[in-house]
Amino acid sequence: MAATDILIRVENLVKYFPIMRGIIFQKQIGSVHAVDDVSFNIIEGETLGLVGESGCGKSTTGRAILQLQRPTSGHVFFKEEDLVTLKRNDLRKMRRKMQMIFQDPYASLNPRMTVGEIVGEPLTIHGIDRGKELQDHVDQLLHMVGLDPAYANRYPHEFSGGQRQRIGVARALSVNPSFVVCDEPISALDVSIQAQVVNLLEDLQNELHLTYLFIAHDLSMVRHISKHVAVMYLGIIVELTDRDELYKHPLHPYTKALLSAIPIPDALAEAKRQRIILQGEVPSPVNPPSGCRFRTRCPIAQKKCGESKPEFREVGSNHYVACHLV
Amino acid sequence: MANLLDVQNLETQFQTNEGIVHAVNGVSFALKEGETLGIVGESGCGKSVTVMSILRLIPAPPGRVVAGKAFYAEQDLLQMPDDELRHLLGSHISMVFQDPMTSFNPVLTIGRQLIEPLEIHQGMSNKHAYDRAVEMLSLVGIPNSRERLSAYPHQFSGGMRQRVMIAMALICSPQILIADEPTTALDVTIQAQIVELVKRLREELGMAVIWITHDLGIIAGIAQRVLVMYGGLIVEEVPVVELYTNPRHPYTIGLLASLPRLDAMEHRRLASIDGLPPVLLEKPASCPFAPRCQFVLEHCLHENPPLRTVGIDHYAACWVDPDTRKER
Repeated sequence: MAATDILIRVENLVKYFPIMRGIIFQKQIGSVHAVDDVSFNIIEGETLGLVGESGCGKSTTGRAILQLQRPTSGHVFFKEEDLVTLKRNDLRKMRRKMQMIFQDPYASLNPRMTVGEIVGEPLTIHGIDRGKELQDHVDQLLHMVGLDPAYANRYPHEFSGGQRQRIGVARALSVNPSFVVCDEPISALDVSIQAQVVNLLEDLQNELHLTYLFIAHDLSMVRHISKHVAVMYLGIIVELTDRDELYKHPLHPYTKALLSAIPIPDALAEAKRQRIILQGEVPSPVNPPSGCRFRTRCPIAQKKCGESKPEFREVGSNHYVACHLV
Repeated sequence: MANLLDVQNLETQFQTNEGIVHAVNGVSFALKEGETLGIVGESGCGKSVTVMSILRLIPAPPGRVVAGKAFYAEQDLLQMPDDELRHLLGSHISMVFQDPMTSFNPVLTIGRQLIEPLEIHQGMSNKHAYDRAVEMLSLVGIPNSRERLSAYPHQFSGGMRQRVMIAMALICSPQILIADEPTTALDVTIQAQIVELVKRLREELGMAVIWITHDLGIIAGIAQRVLVMYGGLIVEEVPVVELYTNPRHPYTIGLLASLPRLDAMEHRRLASIDGLPPVLLEKPASCPFAPRCQFVLEHCLHENPPLRTVGIDHYAACWVDPDTRKER
């Protein structure tokens, strides 16, 4: 890939959350290693899927990229600009170019604002439109996401989950961003509605040449929408490659287990599958295991896995894995 | 095989501020001995309310079971005196709920909660009951089971708590286990553990299972027979293999087409079902799926189709044959 095609370059991103004790005399007694040294690129106009189980740091990664949570260390480049070093005012200007779609369409919209106000607010904040122009722009945005512009005067509670998520999409796209972080945008929706929203996201990507970071725990949906997929486990990326390669030739033992745990909606295919059932549960990110973080649950772990951290290295064309045994 | 549970024409309504919500509108099905019956559908389709009605767990008011029968061992669960029903629940029929966090009493130890059914239903002494609880915890795969009995629910992780929940449900060796979205709150790798666990226990203990879920993927691996629900009605009753190879109700067809598959060969646009599920403020007089249906005919808008035979052990509530797009 040519370097010019890269829109987002994440380098050694680290985000720790301090654990404090005491009320007046606070003292840090540890930290949650939410994201620990993560690097990847997102190519312009493509979708990178970020998958993993709850608590693996995928949402924190998305938020740290957008600087909604300032990273502990590391760099995030948007084209040539390092977002981590930007001052508040400069960062605010950058926010026009990068937006977020949130998971919960019930919690992410202000219940006291009308849909028109919600969708128009970013336009006002960034001083893009006013008055009649603003209204026209809002109408146009609502139309774009498949809502009737006549709904602009209604409140969020009058809409269903899928419709609310459309409102969230319209708000995110109002400032015409080039990069959008979609943080589990469909997991709160019913199955028959999920497909509606995913199709909308795909259409908008083609139309507006958007770049997505698509965060989800549903691997079948990630496979559907992404060009490349990164698998996270306990704060690190264990495998990163393009989607077909990942699903056909998974290399990391965690990816293999994760893929085999996803049920396929077909009884005959399901009966033929060999499941890898992982033992135990994800360890605490406060005190992650030494060496390879997956070794406590890994079916093929060896002595050296506990001794040193496996390097995140390229093993095939564009296929990166962090495992000693691959 | 004999029918263990026989539900006939069940109807349940809820009184709300907007009016009466017709949550379940005449559901009939049977559960056979030793089988796993899947009930699938989206939120609000009435799948949970159906089983809660059978076990009389619907809070009344606002809920009310207005019609129907549910026979277990030749007795109607819906007409039975309360104390007799209490004797059955937890010992002959037990239930596992979706959220393992809220279904335990947080101030009692796991051990205390596990042995309660044994003391109540089987009059077991405290010591015997504790031994049985230890046995049960090991059976569901909890290490150090004797020590863990004195732990409180918050000391377990989500997956472990669901295991304890299952141990509690199975401790009196019930004939029927009802699992209401037992893995929805869990991660996929933990979900796979729980599914394997229930499958193994079903074989070992020879019980029948009703597994409620919205996930058409899970049901493929666990059930033998599946009920698809929509708008408070069963729209399709189908053996699990045919559910995927030969779905006959337009809703089932649409639902399957809207799922991305992990083993899909190439990228295709997902087929979405337009529109929204019905708000059941009136009992559906016509087919509840008609407004969203791609095969809709004039007849569908006037009369609600009954479940009709469309294959061996395969029933669909639809006037239309999806192959010919004509009335069947």
